[in-house]
Amino acid sequence: MTTADTVVTDGRARRARKPERSERARDEARLGWLLAGPAFVVMIAVTVYPILQAFFDSLYSYRLTAPADREFVGGQNYAVVLTDPVWWGAFGVTTLITVVTVLVELVLGFALALVMHRAIKSVRTMLRTVILVPYGIITVVSAFAWFYAFDINSGFVNHWFDWVPGVDPDLNWFAHQGTSLFVICMSEIWKTTPFISLLLLAGLAQVPTELEEAAQVDGATWWQRMQRVVLPNMRAAIMVAVLFRALDAFRIFDNVFIMTNGANGTDVLSLVAYRTSIGRLEIGMGSAISVLLFLCVILICFVAIKLFKVDLASARGEK
Amino acid sequence: MGVHVRRRSRNLAITAAVALVLPLAACAGESGPPTLIWYINPDNGGQVEIARRCTDAAAGRYTITTEVLPRDAASQREQLARRLAAHDSSIDIMSLDPPFIPELAEPGFLAPIPDDVAAKASDGVVQGAIDGATWKGKLVAIPFWANTQLLWYRKSVAEKAGLDPSTTPVTWQQIMDAARDQDKFLGVQGAKAESLTVWINALVESAGGHILENPEAPADEITLGLDTDAGRAAADIVGTIGRDGLGGPGLPTADENATMTVFQGDRGSFMVNWPFVWSATNAAVADGTLDQSLIDDIGWALYPQVTEGTDSRPPYGGISLGVGAFSNHTDFSFEAAQCIVAPENQSYYFATNGNPPASVAAYDDPQVAKAFPMADVIRESLEQAAPRPQTPYYNEVSIGLQETWHPPISVNPDTTPQESTDFITSVLRGEALL
Repeated sequence: MTTADTVVTDGRARRARKPERSERARDEARLGWLLAGPAFVVMIAVTVYPILQAFFDSLYSYRLTAPADREFVGGQNYAVVLTDPVWWGAFGVTTLITVVTVLVELVLGFALALVMHRAIKSVRTMLRTVILVPYGIITVVSAFAWFYAFDINSGFVNHWFDWVPGVDPDLNWFAHQGTSLFVICMSEIWKTTPFISLLLLAGLAQVPTELEEAAQVDGATWWQRMQRVVLPNMRAAIMVAVLFRALDAFRIFDNVFIMTNGANGTDVLSLVAYRTSIGRLEIGMGSAISVLLFLCVILICFVAIKLFKVDLASARGEK
Repeated sequence: MGVHVRRRSRNLAITAAVALVLPLAACAGESGPPTLIWYINPDNGGQVEIARRCTDAAAGRYTITTEVLPRDAASQREQLARRLAAHDSSIDIMSLDPPFIPELAEPGFLAPIPDDVAAKASDGVVQGAIDGATWKGKLVAIPFWANTQLLWYRKSVAEKAGLDPSTTPVTWQQIMDAARDQDKFLGVQGAKAESLTVWINALVESAGGHILENPEAPADEITLGLDTDAGRAAADIVGTIGRDGLGGPGLPTADENATMTVFQGDRGSFMVNWPFVWSATNAAVADGTLDQSLIDDIGWALYPQVTEGTDSRPPYGGISLGVGAFSNHTDFSFEAAQCIVAPENQSYYFATNGNPPASVAAYDDPQVAKAFPMADVIRESLEQAAPRPQTPYYNEVSIGLQETWHPPISVNPDTTPQESTDFITSVLRGEALL
């Protein structure tokens, strides 16, 4: 609320000051546009244009192999999608995967970031490299690795972990919803926790050591220092980490595509969009799903920024 | 010294420029004989070799190069359909899986076959292969090789059950009873994939029904034939195998390769699968990963019957060759395609890659009988085989079946045929998502 107010008043103030801008300020603004302009044009060409095209296509009943039958149907595609149990089932699964993986990754990632932050200098570089290895692996490759590890015919997990209750050589992980989602989430967590820990490490490094030392002198416990000093000071880093990961997790595709291809109630939204546009070649209906997926992503961005009350410009020290 | 260096660097620059420009010039000129691009499905190198042989046979008038398509048939179709919809002129010849031929033929993505070529291409070819390459009464692709599933069985298990599939055709009921009594696993494809549709179609056809009653109709007029006695008989077999655990714990994820692994194991009994399992099992024995005694224990017969005494309709697969409608060299492409499907190339392909010929004559080749002692059964099976529904909307039908008939344990003869009929009908009318 306060942030919004300041932004508004700030804007007004700037507008009022406009005529008095110095020549230097104007030159700087022009230079800014010249520098950012080309990137802006490229950005519009590769993002805005396809988004508009997808929206346009989503208003048609259009199948790639029957171009002559293309006809305008208005919002009918959206009505079909939004009243279909396939969409809502996939929406539920996608949300579940997003929430579970981001929460677990946040906790694990923070622990790893602390380890990396506090590690003695001699092992620090090696430690960071080791932690980052899973993130360097291509998602499809890691999905196959996890798939074959749990596969009932070639996998070793059933034999190594048969002492765990419920795990036995006859357990087919990819034949049930719960077990499939467990493996999908595990592989996702394994692969992307390093990313989140790296972002959090950057946040940790920004927390001034004097603040922590002062708190320690005042007799704060480790937990109190974390809660009152460290975490509030790295709010922007946490938000960036959560936002990036939530957006990534919401668009999950590779793991599900490789491991179950949506069988046993493991359909996710990207897979539904892929199956409709690429598999069925139904460009109209597929575009409608893609547009809805895009709106979901925008919504996540909006909620995350509101929730953390963080202005990224202020985190960069511009205000 | 300085002059030398300068001259050397100038020479280098000229060489580099020539090296850069020459290939471009070759592209732009198209002065030499045309290069035909054949999009092939992945195999053990047989199509590359056939392309080489046919390039030699063309005596310099054209050369054939190959481009490999993705591994599974559905992805092959996706790539070809996308490229053809964009009028890709680089697609001269393509290896097509039969169920997807109508979808490419209907919008005119396949070049029409001249009458004389069509007559030659269907002469002496097994009926199943001609049916699979025909759309709306016209041959639209040239049959190359034809595939079918056989019943593979462990002789020891069959003997113990008192069955001899090689002389008397067996029924699904008999092999289910045998597996249940001896605590063995049946090899059937229960994974949520195209192989499940293949199985369902063979069961429905064997029971005397059809998945689609009018496959050539437009999307919103197609009627399904699943909610019939034939559909219920098929659902009964799939459901029973699922519920009684006759397919083993791996059934809901078993594709053709996984099924073969189960069949080769200690609990293998009966399996329906393509002939590649024979060459693959022999190769594994040659590598030493499997024992020779396994080969001696394997028998083969025609696909099991649903109703005792009524011939089964085994699955039909294979590859036919289509010529791209937007190719710049359709004449040469048809000529090349006819060379590729020559009987001697088909028997070479069968003997080395395990893919059975569409041409009847190719079965008489001695190298075929040597590599595949079951060649006669395969030819017989191909005459009986039933193709999957031939409709431009095959993909919707197939995925719709997979959505409603998977996992096998959930299949109920009283409800599943009705549910899948309703579901596929509303998907085809654009009222539901897949």
